[in-house]
Amino acid sequence: MTTELKQKEEVKPELTTAEHPATKYLREERLPHIWCSGCGLGSAVTSLTNAYEKLEIPVDDIGVVSGIGCAGRAAGYFETDSYHTTHGRAIPFATGLKLSNPEMNVTVFSGDGDLFAIGGNHFIHAARRNVDMTVICVNNYNYGMTGGQFGPTTPRGATATTSPYGNYESPFNLPDLAASAGAIYVARWTTVHARRIQQAMEDALSKKGFSFVEILSPCPTGYGRKNDLGEGIDELKSYQNRCVIKHGSDPGEAEIVRDPEAEIVVGKFVDTDRPTYCDIADEYLKGEK
Amino acid sequence: MSEKAIMTGKYFLNGDEACAEGALAAGCRFFAGYPITPQSEIAERMSKRMPEVGGRFIQMEDELSSIAAVLGGSWGGSKSMTATSGPGFSLMMENIGLGMMTETPCVIANIQRGSPSTGLPTAVGQGDMMQAQWGSHGDYGVIAYAPTSPQEMFDFTVKAFNKSEQYMMPVFVMADEKIGHMRERVEIDESRVKIHPRRKPEVDPDEFKPYEPDDDLVPRMASAGEGYRVHVTGLTHNEQGYPQLDVKTQQEKVGRLVDKVKKNKDDIVEIDTIGMEDAEVLIVSYGMAFRTAMGAYKQAREKGIKAGIVRLVTVWPFPEKKIKEFSKQVKGIVVPEINLGQMVREVERASAGNAEVKLVPHPGGGLHKPEQILESLEALL
Repeated sequence: MTTELKQKEEVKPELTTAEHPATKYLREERLPHIWCSGCGLGSAVTSLTNAYEKLEIPVDDIGVVSGIGCAGRAAGYFETDSYHTTHGRAIPFATGLKLSNPEMNVTVFSGDGDLFAIGGNHFIHAARRNVDMTVICVNNYNYGMTGGQFGPTTPRGATATTSPYGNYESPFNLPDLAASAGAIYVARWTTVHARRIQQAMEDALSKKGFSFVEILSPCPTGYGRKNDLGEGIDELKSYQNRCVIKHGSDPGEAEIVRDPEAEIVVGKFVDTDRPTYCDIADEYLKGEK
Repeated sequence: MSEKAIMTGKYFLNGDEACAEGALAAGCRFFAGYPITPQSEIAERMSKRMPEVGGRFIQMEDELSSIAAVLGGSWGGSKSMTATSGPGFSLMMENIGLGMMTETPCVIANIQRGSPSTGLPTAVGQGDMMQAQWGSHGDYGVIAYAPTSPQEMFDFTVKAFNKSEQYMMPVFVMADEKIGHMRERVEIDESRVKIHPRRKPEVDPDEFKPYEPDDDLVPRMASAGEGYRVHVTGLTHNEQGYPQLDVKTQQEKVGRLVDKVKKNKDDIVEIDTIGMEDAEVLIVSYGMAFRTAMGAYKQAREKGIKAGIVRLVTVWPFPEKKIKEFSKQVKGIVVPEINLGQMVREVERASAGNAEVKLVPHPGGGLHKPEQILESLEALL
C-alpha cells in the first residue's frame, strides 16, 4: 500500500506538468487564438502539430506560410519560421521559399477564399509544376474574417452577406480541382475526423511533391447561423452523419451541396508520385534530358 | 558565357542583359519573373545564367506571384530579384508593400514603357516614377535608381542590391525601354564590385527580435531554417514580429519604415552635376531623358549659355537639399521627362519658388529633341 502510494506520488507531478509533445510547434505566448468558439481551425492546427510531432520533423526545418483570412492567421501560431503573407499569395511565396531553401519542409495553411478565389491561379500552377509543398485548406464555405460573404466554395443556394437571395454561383469541388491540376496527394476530411486529418497530414507531409488536404470546418459565426446550421457542435454532428468515406473514388463525384441530408464524400482521392519541379529542373539543367 | 557570377571583361551588352549580370555579380541567386516587353531579355539572360552560378530561375504565372516568390526567396536566404514593366509593376504593388512592411531585401527592375495601361509596349516611357514612390498603399521610404546606359544598368543593379541589403527593403531600378534595349560597351571588373552582405543576427535565437532596429534604424534578418523561428507578417507588428494592432506600434513601425530612408538620406542619395560651377540655368534630369539633356547642355554651352545639369542617380529619395541649394544659384530650372510631369513636382517643391521651374514633357514612345530642352532653357534667361 505504502509502495503504491509512493509510486503514485512520484508519477503524479510528471503527469500534470509534462508538456504535450506537439506543443513545441506552437507559439504558446500567442495563445489564446483569435478564432470564434465552434470554429474548426484550432482542431486543424492541432492535427498539424501532431503530424509534425509524429513525423519528428525538427521545428527549425519547417516553414509555415499563410495568406489572409481566418485561416491565414494560423501561421502566427506556429513556433517555426512562419510567414503571414498577402491575400492569395501564400503559395507563390512558399514556392520562392522552397526553391531558395530546398531543405525546408514547407506547409501552406490557408482558407478556401484565399487559396481558390484570389489565389486560385497560383494553386493550379504550383500543382502543375509539382512544387514540393503541402497545402492545407481549411474550407468554411465563406469569407469569415470579413463577415461572411459567399466565396468560391459556397454551395449553391446558401445564404451569405453578399448572397442575400441565395448563392447563385457554382462552387469549386476542391479535391477534383487539385487532382485535375496535378496534385500528387489529395484528401478531404472534416474537423470531426481528428485522427484521419492527422494521418492525411502525415501522408501529405511525407510525400515529395504538391500535396493537398482539404479540411471541412464548421463556421458557426460566418456561415452556420445564416444557414440555420446551429452551433459549431451541430455542424460537427452533421458532418458525422453526412460523411461517407470513399478512398480512391473519383474526386469529380465529391461535390458538396447545400442539402443538409446529402452525402459528403471524404477520404483519400489521389496518392501517386511524379518527379517534383526541382527534380525535373535539375535533370534538364545537368543536361540529362 | 562564363560560369562565373562576375564575368570580368569587356562586353557589348544591352541594358537588360547588363542588369541581369549586375544582379548576379551582386550575389542574386533567385529570380522569379513573368515575360513582359521590354524587360524579357533580363529574364532570358537569367534563365541561362542563373543555373550556371548555382541559383534558381523560375518563370511564374504572373507578376503577382513573381514578386511573392521573390519575397519568399529572400526569406529563404537567397538574394532575390524580379524584373518587369509598367503593367507588371502595377500588379506587383501589393506585395511590394508586403516587402516594405516585412523589411525584405530584394530588387525590382522596372524597364518602363509608354503608359498608362498597355500603352506602348515596345517604346520608351518614364511614366512610373511617382508609382515607384507612392504605388503601394501606405507610408514607407523608397530607394530607386535611374540608370542611363547599359554600363549603369550593371553598376546600379549592384548598387540596388547593396542598398536593399543595407536598409532591408525592396529597391527599384527604374530604367526604360531605350536603356534596356540599347547596346553599348559594358566593362565588368570583379575587383570593383563591392557586395553588402546580409545583416544577420548576432545574438542567440532566444534573444533575437526580428524587427529590433540597430542604430541606423534597420533590423537584421534571419533566414528560414537558421533556428531563429521568425514570424513575418504584413500586419502591423512589434519588434518580435508579432501582430500588434495599436496606434503606438503603428507609429513605431511605419515611422521607422519612413525614417530609415529619410534619416539615412546622406548615405543613399546620389547625384551627378555638370557645369554647376557657373551655371545660371539648370536641367534636372534622369534616365534616358538625361542623354537628350546632355545634347541640349552642349548646344547651350556652345551658344555661350551658362547651363548646368543635375542628373539624378537616385530618383528616390529625392535630393531635395541639393536641388534647393542649386535653385538659389540659378534663374530657372528645366525638367525634361518622358511623361507629362512627375519628378518636376519634386523639383518645384524642393526649389520652393527660388527659381522658375519648367517642365519639358514628352508623352512617351519617343525622345525629346535636344532643341526642345534648349529652347526651354533660353526662355528662362
